[in-house]
Amino acid sequence: MSTVTTPVPDQGGLAPDTAITPTKSGGAKKLPIIFGVMLALLAIVLLRSSHAGDTTFQLSAETDFVTLPDITVPSMVTAWLMVLVCAVVTAEAVRRLLGHVRQPTWLPIVFALAWMTGFLSWAAADGRIRVVSLFAGAVALAIPLVFGALGGVLGERAGVVNIAIEGQLLFGAFAAAITASLTGSPWAGLLAAMVAGALIALILGLFAITYFVDQVIVGVVLNVLVVGLTNFLFRQVLTPNAETLNSPDRLRAVPIPILGDIPLIGPILFRQTALVYVLYAVVALVAYSLYRTRWGLRVRAVGEHPKAADTVGIKVNRTRYRTILLAGAIAGLGGAYFSLVSVAGFNREMTGGAGYIALAAVIFGKWDPIRATLAALLFGFASNLQGVLSAIGSPVPTQFMLMLPYLVTIFAVAGLVGRSRPPAADGVPYKKQ
Amino acid sequence: MRLVLRGITKRFGSVVANDDISLTVEPGEIHCLLGENGAGKSTLMNVLYGLYRADEGEIELDGVVQHFTGPGDAMAAGIGMVHQHFMLIPVFTVAENVMLGNESTGFAGTLDLDAARDRVTEISDRFGFHVKPEAVVEDLPVGVQQRVEIIKALSRDAELLVFDEPTAVLTPQETDELMDIMRQLKEAGKAIVFITHKLREVRAVADRITVIRLGKVVGEADPKASNAELASMMVGRPVELTVHKDAPTLGADALVVKDLRVVDLAGHKQVDGLSFTIRAGEVLAVAGVQGNGQTELTEALLGLQDDVSGSIVLDGIELVGKSTRKILDSGVGFIPEDRQVDGLVPNFTIAENLMLNRSFKSPFVKNGGLRIGALRAFAQQKLKEYDVRARDIDSLAANLSGGNQQKVVVARELSRDLRLLVAAQPTRGVDVGSIEFIHKQIVATRDSGIPVLVVSTELDEVVALADRIMVLYRGQVVGIVPADTPRETLGLMMTGERPADLKDVVA
Repeated sequence: MSTVTTPVPDQGGLAPDTAITPTKSGGAKKLPIIFGVMLALLAIVLLRSSHAGDTTFQLSAETDFVTLPDITVPSMVTAWLMVLVCAVVTAEAVRRLLGHVRQPTWLPIVFALAWMTGFLSWAAADGRIRVVSLFAGAVALAIPLVFGALGGVLGERAGVVNIAIEGQLLFGAFAAAITASLTGSPWAGLLAAMVAGALIALILGLFAITYFVDQVIVGVVLNVLVVGLTNFLFRQVLTPNAETLNSPDRLRAVPIPILGDIPLIGPILFRQTALVYVLYAVVALVAYSLYRTRWGLRVRAVGEHPKAADTVGIKVNRTRYRTILLAGAIAGLGGAYFSLVSVAGFNREMTGGAGYIALAAVIFGKWDPIRATLAALLFGFASNLQGVLSAIGSPVPTQFMLMLPYLVTIFAVAGLVGRSRPPAADGVPYKKQ
Repeated sequence: MRLVLRGITKRFGSVVANDDISLTVEPGEIHCLLGENGAGKSTLMNVLYGLYRADEGEIELDGVVQHFTGPGDAMAAGIGMVHQHFMLIPVFTVAENVMLGNESTGFAGTLDLDAARDRVTEISDRFGFHVKPEAVVEDLPVGVQQRVEIIKALSRDAELLVFDEPTAVLTPQETDELMDIMRQLKEAGKAIVFITHKLREVRAVADRITVIRLGKVVGEADPKASNAELASMMVGRPVELTVHKDAPTLGADALVVKDLRVVDLAGHKQVDGLSFTIRAGEVLAVAGVQGNGQTELTEALLGLQDDVSGSIVLDGIELVGKSTRKILDSGVGFIPEDRQVDGLVPNFTIAENLMLNRSFKSPFVKNGGLRIGALRAFAQQKLKEYDVRARDIDSLAANLSGGNQQKVVVARELSRDLRLLVAAQPTRGVDVGSIEFIHKQIVATRDSGIPVLVVSTELDEVVALADRIMVLYRGQVVGIVPADTPRETLGLMMTGERPADLKDVVA
């Protein structure tokens, strides 16, 4: 019988019209501009206030098995040297912009490292920077952000915008504190945090999936609801009965043998609380499952093109419910950080907007679990930097330092994120005709 | 597999979309469902596929009555569907799309991607589809995407394949290839239901034809029946299939476009150095597969694109850089390609929609206030003149059928003193009766000495209306040719190839 006679175009390659012509897009211009601004800032700071003396970068904790030597450098010379490095990187970025060459990923990384080193050696002149505690603290502070961001990524990949991360964190913190106090087991507290997060997700799902209510509005309302509810219960129930209801055991740091003894990396990554180790497992599991399992394929399908998923027999709304319940549980787990790790016990509004930063990490991380985790770590680093710098008494005003995590968030999301594409059906309820 | 539909009735509220439809499809047969847009063909197939539940009637496969609760059941029973709007996930690879919902997995639900790739390659090779399993679907041409849909159905061992308006998005060449594929599948013993409103295709492949009108089976037609016979069965009255127009009375050069370039927000050149001229009283029809710069071209003419360079001169006045309102006021009429989005405000009444392009001054606005009386009188008159089938001028545009909506748009655009008419996809999704009417209006406009630019992805429409045809490919002109250029040549040009002996015609 007849066969297809016309030659079929090769479909393996990209269609030529998707070739990158960065001339007009704003994304390519942003990088050199940001570099330039940051470079100028650093140079101005150095010019305005010069410090004599040396800066010591301490690479090992006192208890380390293998002790790395401290590195001591002259503060201003190092700072200016780093300005030079930044200037070279900026020049390279400008050259690539003018030559319409793609900006590689290493450019911003080198720039950020050099800028940070320069800034720190200036800020800590005549003092020491404990590099290990700077990063270990960053990891710890990033815990709720990473959990929250993972919850956000999962929900949005399935097509449900989860603004309620903040509420899930806060309710998780609340439930963890009470349960851990009553049972005397922080582990029970973690479990309760997951249930609490899932509960908020269930309400979100009910309105967003079943009743097609605008997901952003439901999310915001849920956040406000949880703030009000926990504030009320805190004052009326927790405070009068603080002994029995709000004095949980803290989760202690558990060093992992061998891994914890690796210089630099060990104390940063493997002398943390159990919650951090749970975090590693969750990140790995979510990242793997989302791309490599049947479950993940279906979750992504439902978030991209629910009708297509429906026509191959996937129950769209059931999949969405399951996914956001899981996402809520993960975010809730992050809430336990506040009341079981950071401090022992619940306090009103103790999450302080971490959920919104997690949301920013979702977008900055382009809806990918690993990238979102890295984004959350960056935000955690910014938070910790603020603490560390105030502690060593740097010349930067504390008010400014308190802004740092939020400034980094804004810069990251507005400036560096570039063109990213959310799941196509993100935030769109699925209605069967 | 033998399919029998018996007395299928499906209602949406008070509307009866399918009224007691009965149908039999035999294995190894291509059965065409012919009917206009909105006749109820797609509804019927969605009932068959388990997407809708029928209010009455039953579905029987090989003598067994089926009770589908969802598409999953229909697929399991051996029904495969190639949807009009592809049910593919653009960011997934071919293999992922094919396996979705039917995944072969290893330990703990891990995807067995190798098995999926092998399955795609096997089916692709068997039917000569040339589809690579690792390709990402959104990078593929639509014709190939459609083959992915077919592979998807075949990979689930479908014995009955439903093609829902499969040629709407294809080039003529791709359409021919699809016809070949359908014949191959028929040879392989599959039963095929082919839904369409295009007569040419029906006559090319159909073994049997069932005509549906207004939700009811009108009857069976002979595949050898003439176009006119089929059309009159479909519409319910005799239809003019060809557009009658006299030779054009050409005036001076009216619209002169030189070296037009349009860059979209993502930085891609969508229109890349277009130059053409339209004379007064002439129709220049733009042919090309969708997405080759037609949208950007028409929008640039109306001042709706941001990044435009080159020049567009209408009657000696430069339009590039002018605001859309200035351009409208200088006499450009515009029938946009998507009436639902750009042509109408669905929640406005017919009367309100009729004044959208004149919302600042007379005749409908005076001293900042609406002149409701004038508007109503105007709307009443246009309703009659353009044969808009609606209850009255206060009906919401959203409640009109596609054809009537489009008539409202056409009425609005043609009711001014025009110096240029830009008509993009003027009859997309419009019933045959309305197509006839709208085509007559466009020809009348041209005969009154106005230059007309028609953009259409339907070659039939291009050929019917054009005095000259400009073929676009990737934002560039492949050639400007006479209206009587053979369809095969046009089809070839739409793929970017320019026949060696081709000469551009200047009006």
